[in-house]
Amino acid sequence: MSRVFVCGLGSVSPAGWTVEALRDALAKDKPLPIQPLARPGWQKPLQIRPVPNPPVRPSFLTHPHLRRTSPIAHYAAAAALNAVKSICNGRNPGPRIGVVVCLQSGCVQFSFRFFEETLEDAATASPLLFPETVFAAPASHVAALLKNTPLVCTLAGDPSSYAQGLALGIDWLLDGRVDACLVLATEEINWLLADALWHFNHRAVISGGAGALCLSLNPEWSSGVELELITDAHPYSARVKRELAAKAMRAQMPPGNQAEILCDGLNDRPRADAAEAGAWADWTGPRLSPKLILGEGMMAMPAWQCVAVCDLVASGKFKAGNVSLVGANQQATGIRFRSAGRTISDLSPATKAGSLTS
Amino acid sequence: MLFPKKSFPSPPPRVVITGAGIVTSLGLGWKQNAEAFRSGKTGFRPVTLFDVSRQRVKTAAEMDLPPTPPRTRLTRREEKRLDRAGIMLLLAAQEAWQQSGWKTCDDLPVVLGTTAGGMALGEDYFRQAVNLPHRQRMQPTRALYYQAQIQAGMVEDALGFAGPVTIVSNACASGTNAIGEAWEMIRRGQTDRVLTGGYDALSQMGFTGFNSLQLISPTCCRPFDAHRDGLAIGEGVAVVALETLASAKARGAEILGEITGYGASMDRHHLTQPHPEGDAAYQSMQLACASAQITAGEVDYVNAHGTGTPLNDQAEARAISRWAGHHAGRLAVSSTKAGTGHLLGGAGAVEAVVCLMSLRGQWLPPELAFETPDPACTFRIVARPEEAPVKVTLSNSFGFGGVNATLIMRRWA
Repeated sequence: MSRVFVCGLGSVSPAGWTVEALRDALAKDKPLPIQPLARPGWQKPLQIRPVPNPPVRPSFLTHPHLRRTSPIAHYAAAAALNAVKSICNGRNPGPRIGVVVCLQSGCVQFSFRFFEETLEDAATASPLLFPETVFAAPASHVAALLKNTPLVCTLAGDPSSYAQGLALGIDWLLDGRVDACLVLATEEINWLLADALWHFNHRAVISGGAGALCLSLNPEWSSGVELELITDAHPYSARVKRELAAKAMRAQMPPGNQAEILCDGLNDRPRADAAEAGAWADWTGPRLSPKLILGEGMMAMPAWQCVAVCDLVASGKFKAGNVSLVGANQQATGIRFRSAGRTISDLSPATKAGSLTS
Repeated sequence: MLFPKKSFPSPPPRVVITGAGIVTSLGLGWKQNAEAFRSGKTGFRPVTLFDVSRQRVKTAAEMDLPPTPPRTRLTRREEKRLDRAGIMLLLAAQEAWQQSGWKTCDDLPVVLGTTAGGMALGEDYFRQAVNLPHRQRMQPTRALYYQAQIQAGMVEDALGFAGPVTIVSNACASGTNAIGEAWEMIRRGQTDRVLTGGYDALSQMGFTGFNSLQLISPTCCRPFDAHRDGLAIGEGVAVVALETLASAKARGAEILGEITGYGASMDRHHLTQPHPEGDAAYQSMQLACASAQITAGEVDYVNAHGTGTPLNDQAEARAISRWAGHHAGRLAVSSTKAGTGHLLGGAGAVEAVVCLMSLRGQWLPPELAFETPDPACTFRIVARPEEAPVKVTLSNSFGFGGVNATLIMRRWA
């Protein structure tokens, strides 16, 4: 059986533009500050946790593909470049990288602007905005930046479908069609999206950003973590309610112990959390709930959960980590990572050089 | 488990189509569409769904929906939540489901391609949120049912089955990618059956988008014609029931055709423009032929992406010419977008079903408005209805963003 190694991580979140920023925010275990977002027509603002401005202007913004793009493309690009840094460093041409991008809401900022212009006067709606409204735009920009990207796919769904994105990337690796696969999830926010979420949770704090895992079958590229399992996707249906689907997912995950961590999607909303909380009621080990700290990141959230778990396992704090994805309206999935032993930093310089050109 | 994977079966199972449903401006269902595609009928008319008074072009291939959704297991209340795209999807899915003879089950995956899902609901949400900020009625329903995975779930509930849903959104290649991914799921041994396809309904945003880019023809859509001046927009859905040959034979199911190859590639040239030489299109066709273990000389008919825009058709013509090599002279090519318009996320799936019709009926779908070939065409454009022996077809789809995809199908006889 092939082993699938995590060879890089990337994160852009309300905590900042790096994995380190995400790590620090989660380690502090305190909700990040909330900002008001004016909702036209309402006196009371909506609540958001926005991505802070990057400390320096990202150099990728000079790439012709990214000059007129919206924040979602910037988040995706930054997370992607961080995740593939270790396997691309110094290689020309770089490895063949597959790109899977997962979205729930997608390119809402340019979509809003374009439709607003459409309703004002369709004759003058901007042709520069429209191409950036399609779900496939962030994937296209990431592919252009990374250059050697033979396969690219965008998946839409609720956050649990990030697991299907990982599975698709693994298929490409096992088929030998790519050397590495970047599985990204990204979202951006605006008032209309925050308004939509408000209908389901008046206390919702929406957040944007991106998370990325780079996977490979090559043990020489391992960051010290491997993907051990992805459960089946357990869909909700007329016959299978969310609670049952979450329990079915839980049943496919190992029981767990104190040497493992569970990263869940609980959000201090008893009714919405009930299915997931019930499924993991038997869990006695340590637990991490990033939504409480980062906000409702939609599709970015499962990627942040995976990044956080991989980072903790790579650091040696835990031998394994479990990610619980009980989606809002589609299905429940679970993902488990474990320590893979040596890391790329353990390799001798000669081996490292060899690994980077194999 | 999605991972670890079971060992891939060797050799991979053959994958056949045992059900197909199609809905376009040319008609509801296989029969009406087959007659229309065979004769080269077109389905364009003035747009009535939204205001086009300020649009550069005011026509599209808008379809007539039946006054009520088809009767299924959905309640009347659930039916009311379906938007135009959802109803179209349900019509095509029901036709494919009934033809396949599949029964209620809890493990049937659905893989669908779409660019917009329930965009009309999103547009309604926007209007109400902006114009009536304190009115909340219907907004939660719109926010939910706008999402493509919910529409797919409605199809499952309507037809009485359940299974994991995958939504592929690779712009205009989505439908072909969805069928291709479903085909690969079966070939990898992950499942015996998949319900798959692509869909998109007309939306004000999409129509305005292509108008704003000045990509819509002010005259008529003439793919590969030297005087072509743009594409036409349409709406449509196709859904197919895929299963292993062994499964179909065990059930005694009627086999409509076989999918034998799939290729996908990436064009990084530009977000909305193909590489002038059609490199990624060429690669996609090559990969599809390699997976089908055939050469270009064995393909009888190509249903081209053929949007009718100057850039796409020139690049695709160069790619087809390069791929076909010395076989190009005998190759029949047409783009059925001349009749249906560009169906965006539905295009690849509808065109796959057109190929299936061609294989079943032994005819080639013509482009009646075609007159003068683009100089890049070294192949023959089918310009008149014709009967022809068709054993193998190839269908191309290329999307904004650069994803290219190709499907190869074989006649089942």
